[in-house]
Amino acid sequence: MTDLSIDIAGLRFKNPVTTASGTFGYGEEFLDFMDVGQLGGIFVKAVTGKNRDGNPYPRMAETPSGMLNSVGLQNKGVTHFCREIYPRIKNFRTHLIVNVSGSTVEEYVEVAARINELEAIPAIELNISCPNVKLGGMAFGTVPAMATEVTAAVRKVYGKVLMVKLSPNVTSITDLAKAVVDGGADAITLINTLLGMAIDVNRRRPVLSTITGGLSGPAIKPVALRMVWQVHKAVHVPLIGLGGIMNATDTIEFLLAGASAVQVGTANFIDPTVSLKIISGIDDYMQKNNFKSVSELVGALNTD
Amino acid sequence: MHFQKVIRDLTVLSNIRLNDRHFVLDLMAPDPLPTMLPGQFAQILVEHSPHTFLRRPFSIHNVDYHQNTIRFLIQIKGDGTRNLSTIKEREILNVIFPLGNSFSLPVTGKVLLVGGGCGVAPLLFLARFLNQNHIHPDILVGFRTKKEVSEIESYAKYGNVQVITDDGTEGEKGLVTDHPVFQKERLDYRKIYCCGPEAMMKAVAGLARFHGIDCEVSLENTMACGFGVCLCCITPTDKGNERVCVEGPVFNTNRLNWFGS
Ligand SMILES: Cc1cc2nc3c(=O)[nH]c(=O)nc-3n(C[C@H](O)[C@H](O)[C@H](O)COP(=O)(O)OP(=O)(O)OC[C@H]3O[C@@H](n4cnc5c(N)ncnc54)[C@H](O)[C@@H]3O)c2cc1C
Ligand SMILES: Cc1cc2nc3c(=O)[nH]c(=O)nc-3n(C[C@H](O)[C@H](O)[C@H](O)COP(=O)(O)O)c2cc1C
Ligand code: FES
Repeated sequence: MTDLSIDIAGLRFKNPVTTASGTFGYGEEFLDFMDVGQLGGIFVKAVTGKNRDGNPYPRMAETPSGMLNSVGLQNKGVTHFCREIYPRIKNFRTHLIVNVSGSTVEEYVEVAARINELEAIPAIELNISCPNVKLGGMAFGTVPAMATEVTAAVRKVYGKVLMVKLSPNVTSITDLAKAVVDGGADAITLINTLLGMAIDVNRRRPVLSTITGGLSGPAIKPVALRMVWQVHKAVHVPLIGLGGIMNATDTIEFLLAGASAVQVGTANFIDPTVSLKIISGIDDYMQKNNFKSVSELVGALNTD
Repeated sequence: MHFQKVIRDLTVLSNIRLNDRHFVLDLMAPDPLPTMLPGQFAQILVEHSPHTFLRRPFSIHNVDYHQNTIRFLIQIKGDGTRNLSTIKEREILNVIFPLGNSFSLPVTGKVLLVGGGCGVAPLLFLARFLNQNHIHPDILVGFRTKKEVSEIESYAKYGNVQVITDDGTEGEKGLVTDHPVFQKERLDYRKIYCCGPEAMMKAVAGLARFHGIDCEVSLENTMACGFGVCLCCITPTDKGNERVCVEGPVFNTNRLNWFGS
């Protein structure tokens, strides 16, 4: 018998496989394809203080082994989330974690305080790393002092598990990781998308309406793994790793590098059931290699 | 209305080349197909290559519930469609379907279907469906040139077909909007259904509006997921940004901001 369950900051996940914010909607769109109750957790779409229309079309460009997006946090705001969406999803038999986004410290605090009241949401993930919003988002994720400030401000109003999602668009990821731990983060998610761009040579124009956008998919996996490994050595809070995970092998790489759990993102677009395949793939790997608990894999990379 | 979406491995029954740029794929399911309506589409996974990372969306061209087959009409554009064009009988394709909404159904009276290039794909299924609902549509299809004119006999089973080619090598000469059906002082259609390149759809929608006729178009925005979660495929409508893969691909042109406000 293998034990796939894992503890993250006191919260027990039935397995380490969760889905990434912005790639799994509110989970509802996947009900035709799978039992979402088998997932370790679902990180739902970004929620901001007020309605946001997001950026103009085109918002997507396919790139080698990946894609760029510039969706720009389109959502109907926290009140709509609490009133309309939460009642529909609160009985999913998995951890529902809300990705909290904003442009100002006040907005992050407001949204976090509202989500704090929702019984079926055991944790939030502060998104201080979105590259697709002018004014904020990524600014909080690139300047350590600002990252500490916003984390600490949310910490004051948020009593449950506080995760902070980091941007890879920085020189020193460990400085940012230490900064959010100083601010009171219980766990760290990494990474968000890498800033990139695509050009249409026939029109001699950028493909995206915003010119630049966030790169995701297997193209970013080596960068993500490196950052998980560096941060694992630098701080002592649990890590949730993501970036280009397509299968169980990718997932195990993240666990070995130091992640306690992973999120599956862009891969959901290609195979909506991929997370369930990953869960059984981890189980197979553990049986073959005689691991009893998935926690034995976390940070088990041998660098000698 | 909720359509159960499925992910299936479908077997290639045939892959027929129509001309340099177009081919027709017939795919067979191992078990009964879910209900589908004209306008809906499927997301086909192209054999893995770094350049065809995401699925490719294609309209359902026809469906046969007795044989459990779905047909696609595909134009070669880039790597993904070129790769699909070489697929052989008995090979397997992984497909998610049916996705999106459908053309709004039977209005009684005269209707016109207008298709250009590969935009004709959803119109065959639509023509058949209208026919089953006792409507015999006028069908106007535009092609670049005679060599690309195809499947006219299939359309002719369900309506009065007229052809126009850019170069006049078959039927009338010019763009679909140059065709005599649009030159009348008063168009007496109850509805116009149109799919094709965006410029063509806008031109047809403009004429429909001028004549006070309802017009539905099928949009082909670039998609990542195709089932509503990535928010990449949006188009501005009277209700804000809507997803072409869920609230569309079919929109009444009165709801799109194509004519300014
Ligand atoms: C709902 C829907 C239904 C469709 N139905 C059909 C159909 O029935 N038959 C058919 O042949 N095609 C259809 N298409 C278009 C088809 O999906 C694209 O042509 C195909 O994905 C191109 O893939 P590729 O790898 O060959 O080309 P790529 O290499 O991806 O692209 C080649 C070129 O076309 C451009 N391009 C690709 N996709 C789009 C798009 N969606 N909008 C604008 N530009 C694009 C790219 O930017 C590039 O310049 C449909 C699209 C949608 C969204
Ligand atoms: C279409 C799209 C939308 C996204 N929206 C969000 C978001 O709202 N909040 C967030 O924190 N991350 C968002 N992300 C980033 C992902 O959660 C994830 O960090 C990133 O895609 C890397 O993982 P992947 O390579 O597995 O996709 C989005 C990614 C994509 C592709
Ligand atoms: S393509 Fe993902 S929401 Fe439409």
